Amino acid sequence: MTGVRVAGVGLTHFGQHPERTGRDLFAEASQRAFEDAGVPRADVEQLNYGNFMGELSEHQGHQGPLMAEAAGLTAPATRYESACASSGVAVREAVKDVRNGEADVILVGGAERMNNLGTAGTTEALAIAADDLYEVRAGMTFPAAYALMARAYFDQYGGSKEDLAEIAVKNHDNALDNEFAQFQKAISVEDALDAPTIAAPLGLYDACPITDGASAAVLVSDEYADEHGLDAPVSVTGTGQGGDKMALQDRQFLARTPAAERAAEEAYDDAGIGPQDVSVAEVHDCFTIAEVLALEALDFYAPGEGIGAAARGETTRDGDRPVNLSGGLKAKGHPVGATGTSQIVEMTRLLRGDHPNSDAVPGDVGVTHNAGGTVGSTTVHVLEVEE
Amino acid sequence: MSDAERVRDEGFDDFLDAIESGEGFYLECPEGHGSLPPRRVCPHCGATDLRETTLPETGDIETFTTVHVAAPEFVDDAPYVTAVADFGGVRLTGIVRGIDPDDVAVGTEVAPDVGETETADERVLVFRTP
Repeated sequence: MTGVRVAGVGLTHFGQHPERTGRDLFAEASQRAFEDAGVPRADVEQLNYGNFMGELSEHQGHQGPLMAEAAGLTAPATRYESACASSGVAVREAVKDVRNGEADVILVGGAERMNNLGTAGTTEALAIAADDLYEVRAGMTFPAAYALMARAYFDQYGGSKEDLAEIAVKNHDNALDNEFAQFQKAISVEDALDAPTIAAPLGLYDACPITDGASAAVLVSDEYADEHGLDAPVSVTGTGQGGDKMALQDRQFLARTPAAERAAEEAYDDAGIGPQDVSVAEVHDCFTIAEVLALEALDFYAPGEGIGAAARGETTRDGDRPVNLSGGLKAKGHPVGATGTSQIVEMTRLLRGDHPNSDAVPGDVGVTHNAGGTVGSTTVHVLEVEE
Repeated sequence: MSDAERVRDEGFDDFLDAIESGEGFYLECPEGHGSLPPRRVCPHCGATDLRETTLPETGDIETFTTVHVAAPEFVDDAPYVTAVADFGGVRLTGIVRGIDPDDVAVGTEVAPDVGETETADERVLVFRTP
């Protein structure tokens, strides 16, 4: 089985670009990825593309061929939809296809246009990731779902809004030098605590913003990289995926995320590592509480212990294992279908040394964690750089 | 959905009808796993012989949130409290009515009922004081 290398990566600016179409966003991200990779478009054998709400925001289905065209490809293309984990799933399927010899060169990525819907429209569109009959029709929004998980966490394990605010502060600090981030602005714990409530106990600064953007990465086999003399030091060495019941009410746990636990275990086994080997992580902090749940699912902390990690300085840029050095979804932004691949993009740059925060990376093994819905679906990937 | 009558969702609307008439039920498999309709298979173990079991009259709130930023179908309802309550065999998600939001807590006992949303006059599962 061949190894899988990240030959090149690209992002658009993540932010408010309501007038830019999804196809234009993806064209820009993929162009950057091809320039970074030094791989000709003609060598691409397939496109794996993630998108969540294109039918609602752009009245556009069948986005696979549309995005292949936008990227200048004649290769077959498939759109993957798994809510906020859409392009994490696209990456996983690409890794499997390179390994099994189906293709030597695959373009993966994703895009989402959201701000053209406005806040109410985006709230409605995001809610379709929940169970329509039993959750959405009972007033559940996406922030509400994570608020239910946060309250359950506080009730079971303890923790406070101050602990969550520390996570928001950390991730904003990390985004200060990230030119692709939506917010390059420091905030204080007081700012976060004083912000308006969205769904108690979560406030505005516990939530990621509404983001337009795209991401892309060129994945190639070891053989292709060697034959073409590519400078591609980062490999995807582990992939895992887990699932859970759709609705929170049907889950065994309200304050744990077994889908992510299973994805992590599979990815660690696949890479032949354990959580203790991980130097740096990009995790799915769509809400501050989600970062806590991710740290525990990745087995960096036991259940109930992850809540204070940022406040204790363990996951900050000076900590032993920095988390979300990109700024995370919280500050970098969360163009839903682009997020999974954007984590691969950020981690690749962090590990190979050309990210503004690369100097904070204490080792050569990184993990990305991309969650869909209320963690009803999750992918985890392990990336390693050859020293 | 305000301009046209919503087409019934078999199973789900039957469930709401039952709650509304005080005859709430859930589906139970031979292993004792609970689930809600429409179901043909137990989502926990795959058993196919599901039978209707009486829903307990009250449950305990397990977690809740006060929603301030709502979707368009609920804008006039906001702020409102959405809660997940444990009824033993199953949990239900509903909007808390008739209880001051400041008095809602983990462990608060509630009874299920069916109400209408203020925004769209849609049927909605609600929790009230027993």
